[in-house]
Formats: sequence, structure tokens, C-alpha cells
Amino acid sequence: MATDTAAPLRFITAGSVDDGKSTLIGRLLVDSKAVLQDQLAGVQRAGATDLALLTDGLQAEREQGITIDVAWRYFATPARKFIIGDAPGHEQYTRNMVTAASAADAVVVLVDATKLAWQAGEPALLPQTHRHALLAHLLRVPSIVFAVNKLDAIEDPALAFGRIASALQRFAAAAGLQAQAVVPVSALQGLNVVQPTPGWCGYQGPSLLQCLESLPVAAAETQETFSFPVQWVEKAPEGSDTRQGRRVFWGRVATGAVAPGQAVRVMPSGQTAQVVQVLDGVRRPREVAAGHSAGLVLDREVDVSRGDWLLAADAPEAVRELSGTIAWLDDEPLPAGRVYWALHGHRWVKARVRRVVHRLDIHTLQPQPAGELEPNAIGRIELALQEPLAVRSFGRARGPGSLVLVDTTSHRTAAALLVD
Amino acid sequence: MNARVDPQLLARLGNGHLDALEEEAIFVLREVAGAFERPALLFSGGKDSLVLLRCAEKAFGIGRLPYPLLMIDTGHNFPEVTGFRDRRAAELGAELIVRSVEDSMRRGTVRLARPDEPRNPHQSVTLLEAVEEFRFDALIGGARRDEEKARAKERMFSHRDGFGQWQPKSQRPELWTLFNTRLHPGEHFRVFPISNWTELDVWQYIEREQIELPSLYYAHQRQVVERKGLLVPVTELTPPREGETATPRTVRFRTLGDITCTCPVASTAANAAEVVAETLAVEVSERGATRMDDKTSDASMERRKKEGYF
Repeated sequence: MATDTAAPLRFITAGSVDDGKSTLIGRLLVDSKAVLQDQLAGVQRAGATDLALLTDGLQAEREQGITIDVAWRYFATPARKFIIGDAPGHEQYTRNMVTAASAADAVVVLVDATKLAWQAGEPALLPQTHRHALLAHLLRVPSIVFAVNKLDAIEDPALAFGRIASALQRFAAAAGLQAQAVVPVSALQGLNVVQPTPGWCGYQGPSLLQCLESLPVAAAETQETFSFPVQWVEKAPEGSDTRQGRRVFWGRVATGAVAPGQAVRVMPSGQTAQVVQVLDGVRRPREVAAGHSAGLVLDREVDVSRGDWLLAADAPEAVRELSGTIAWLDDEPLPAGRVYWALHGHRWVKARVRRVVHRLDIHTLQPQPAGELEPNAIGRIELALQEPLAVRSFGRARGPGSLVLVDTTSHRTAAALLVD
Repeated sequence: MNARVDPQLLARLGNGHLDALEEEAIFVLREVAGAFERPALLFSGGKDSLVLLRCAEKAFGIGRLPYPLLMIDTGHNFPEVTGFRDRRAAELGAELIVRSVEDSMRRGTVRLARPDEPRNPHQSVTLLEAVEEFRFDALIGGARRDEEKARAKERMFSHRDGFGQWQPKSQRPELWTLFNTRLHPGEHFRVFPISNWTELDVWQYIEREQIELPSLYYAHQRQVVERKGLLVPVTELTPPREGETATPRTVRFRTLGDITCTCPVASTAANAAEVVAETLAVEVSERGATRMDDKTSDASMERRKKEGYF
């Protein structure tokens, strides 16, 4: 994992409705002086500043007082630039949380201390805390931070924080995820959000923002063998030198790196060729590593079009069947047997759901038998593909390991699929 | 949301992040070229669309833009901008399609409540007429999430239904960079390659890339009146009201749109580097400082976007 803290950190907030995510972001923006006068003036209600209104931009959100879709915000501290996704907490909008998490370097899971029964010992956590932490973990978001909020409204905040933190650590251990930190905060009063509040709730660590300043961005998968989904095919202009092939294949290197001399196999045609020229995203010749756009010129005329993959000769074979973890995002349940469009890189193929293997109980983390998956469920399915795909395990390679399923009738994006 | 950044901080953070923003924009521009049959790039001659055009030059090579430029002309544009727009399109060898709100008014599809009302909201009608005429399936625009709260919510690939409407409650999930571009007949996409840029990023990029802009973006003297905290430019379309006196001020425009609702700000910044420095110190957002039409209601932009506005 890279430990690059110079790059902007893209993080999101997650957690249940009303646990103060929008207020927390408002607090981060205001206390780090990222809010301009007219914007601050626009969020005064009854003489007080309502920080949540800084991000809840949709009419329906202000009417209902909830966040429906992700709002992206930008700010910088003396240490770092940040991009924040304010993701919704409501279960109905889980798909928008997943959207935000798929692009994130870190997830801050907010926990509302006032909603938990901590008085008698370690409290039971809310379903959305489980769901969001689990989704972030499944999506391989590099860092997960728990922020325990509203402790200012609790009589014995140190006791409450201690018990909630221990419940969170127990859950994290059971789920196999590592929490980078568990931080007590009060978004409303600004405790431990930007400025540290040493000793409050018995906590001596860094503030939430200080934590975020030190987190790494998601590392590119440069250790895997080379793979490259072809995004766009550029035909060379007439009269140009065509001795080295007439087309440039543009795309983003998914895994590994590419330099002239790289032997490639075209998926699905199976033809082989050698790379003679590599252009970076802005057309300068150089070696290009995973995560960056490249233009490739091959040494011979082979059949390559948008959607194909160029793979290292020793890359795994393409498959016609696969199984994986699925986050079901459509409003209608997923029945076994239905055919969807699967999008992998830039390639669309038809995919039949052969079997729903199980659903994950988000409280116990145990698999349960299931014939179908209801909206917002996380489970496991098996797919049969109409054409082969060059997939790899999502655990090793995010790009080749991820697909989305699209409803062939409504065209809605129905699921995120993470290949085993 | 345009952050105030300490200039010393800027020097420390540098502008290396511009490479990542540029790469993201180029990736999206190429995705549109690959995924759609009849895309167009909305080009107003403003700073954001000129940044977009520079990214497109890098994505496709100079003079090889794979889609036409489309301009919706309200008839209330600053002549400095339309002249600039036509010259740049010719230099790029790009096809430029211009459709005008006044033509829609003649057809009767746009009706004004008052002759002097801003025509910006009515651009949606003309835009959707152009979508239908050319059967465009994707329109690329230079909108940024930091401009406004409703924009901050929008996907990079934003689906529009058969009426050109945005459905904020049922946006398609956008997972990784797997963009679901499937369409039913009559629907289209709005695509925003520079979504993640801020006003400051745009100006840093303009400075780095030495992008030429219409002169109105830099300090110049013009007659203005002060109204509700804004500097309203005195033009044939916007004469002083009763009791108002026009005075000459040194100003520049942070954003350029319909003359009747775009205001300049007091400024002495004569080049991109000086604008970057000013942008670092601003206390008021781009829209707050410059737009008369967004202040009517908190939800005005969202409402207009639902109606098909860009």
C-alpha cells in the first residue's frame, strides 16, 4: 500500500440517518475556513447556523431533512487537499453510498451515541453502521475510521465512548476489517473534529481531521500482471507514418504497467502482438503504470475494438462463469434466472444469474440461505456469461475484479459485483 | 464550494493535482467518444468550456475533435465572447453548431413573461430542441460541482429522460469508472468531465496551460451601478434604473453568461496568475458574487435542471 499523503484524499461519510453526517461535514468546512460568506449566510435558520444545510442541496432533502444523494465538496488544510463525499444514510439510498464508497480512499462511519443503549455495557450497533462498514470493507476502501458523534449530549461521555468504541472494535474484528481509528466527536460543538480536544471522553488521540491528514490514498495495482481495457480506438490521420500499425488503443491501465516490448494477447479474439509504442494520457511517449491512461500502438494489425482487453501473455484465462459478492442496488429484488447486462471495463456482455448462493446477515455476518436478494442486500451469486470475460479476483485487482449489472429493460444500474 | 486557501499553503501543495484532474477529464472525454453515437460538446466561449476544450485537444489531438461544438445563444451574449468563440472554433477546425433562443421565441416555443427578463432559463427549451434536431445522445458540459449545491449532487454521467429532465432522487449509481451509458430512444446524457474542479483549479490550469480567454475575464474599466451588493454592468440591455448613477469601475468577470444576469467583480487582476492570487483570497462564492438569477430561491438551480437546464 502506498503511503502517499501528498495526493488529495477522497473520503466519504457514512452511517444512519440523523446521526449528523451533514453537520459533521459542515463543521469540517467551517472550522477549516472553507466556507465563503454568502454560503454561510445562506444556512442561517432562526438565528443559528444550520451546518447540515451547507451540503443538503436538493429541495427534497431540505423538505425531509435527510440526505438523498452524494454531494461532493472540496477543501484544503495546511497539510492536504480533500474531496469529501457526503453520502446518504437512509437504507433506501444505499446505492448512493456505494457509489461514493467505490471512489473513496477512506470512509468515516459516523455513529450516533445517543441512539445506542450503552448504559448496561457494550451496546448493539445500528444496522446501517454494520452495513456501511461492511460495504466499505468489501469495496476495499483502504481506511475505515469510526467517529462517535453527539457525545456532548450524553451525561457520562467517557463511559459511553469507551463502551461504544469497544463494540465497534469487536464488530470490526468479526468482520475482518481494521479500523484506522475510533474518534469521539461533537459535530455540533466542534469537539475533536478539526481541533483536538485532549482528554475529552478519555481520548488523547488526534482529531478526526488530523487522522484524515495522515491516511494513504488507494494504491494502484502495479504488482499484478498487465491488463488494459480498450476505451477508444483512434485511427491514425491520413498520410501519417503507419509502419507501426495504424491505430492507437486508448484506455486506462487496470493492473501492472506497460512499456514498449510488452507482449499482449487480445481478449476475446486471442490474437497476440507486441506493444511498439506507449503514449501517456496526454500523448507523451513513456512507460505507464496502473491507474493512468495510456495509448498503445501494436506491431501488427490485429482485431481490437472498444471493449476488448489487452492482457499480458501470462494473464489468467477468460471465463464463462463466475461467482462473487454482490451489493444489490435496484428497487426490485434480484431473482435467480434473470438475464442482465454485465459491464466489465468497457465491455458489455449478457449475464444470467445462475444461482443466489446466500445473503449475508449484516448483524451476525453469517451467510443465510436465500432464493432471491431484496433491495440493499449483500450476498453471493453465480453468473453464467454469454461471452468470456477476463476477470480476476477483486481482492487482488479492483479493475478486472469488478462488474456492474444493468437491467436490460429499465437500464437501471442494478448491482455492484465483486469477483471471488 | 470554493475554498479560501492560504497562498503559502498553495505554494506548498503546488499544482500537481491538476495532472490528476486533467487525466480524469481526458478519460471522460474519450469515454464519450467511445460510448455514444452522436455526442456534442457545449461551448460557450467561457473559461470552463475553454478548459474543457484544452483537455479535448490533449485527448484527441489538435484539430481532431470527434464531436461538434454546440452553442445555445441567448442573444444576450457579450460580443467579446461570441467573437472569441467563433475564432477559437475556426482555429480548432471544429464544427460549430449555434442554435438561438430568439429562434425559439419566433417559433413560439419560448415565451417571455417580460421582454427584459433573463433568457438563461429559457436556454433549456432551445437546447432540448437542438437535442431533438440532431438526435444528440450525449452533451458534454463544463459544469463544476463547486458552483452550486444542486450541481454538487450530480453524477459525471447524468441521465436525462425523454423530456430532458434530471431525476435527482433516482440517479444511476456510478461505481468505479464503470459508466452505465445505456439509453432508451429519446433519452440522453449530460456529461461533466470537470465536475471535480474548483474555480481555483480552473484558474491554475488556465495559468499553467496559458489558455487564452475572452478579455472580459481580466480587469478592465466599465460603467456599472451598484445594486443589492452586486456590480451591475451598464449595457443597452441593462440601463441604470431610476435613481441609480452609473460610475466607471475597474472590474473583471468571474463568470460570463447572459448579459442581463451576469455581474463583474471589482478587480485589478490583469492576467491568470493575478486571478489565481485573487481567487485565493475571495470571501464570496463565484455565483454569490456574480449571478442575479440564482438568488430567487435556494432551489432555483435544481428546479431548472429538472426542467432540462444544463
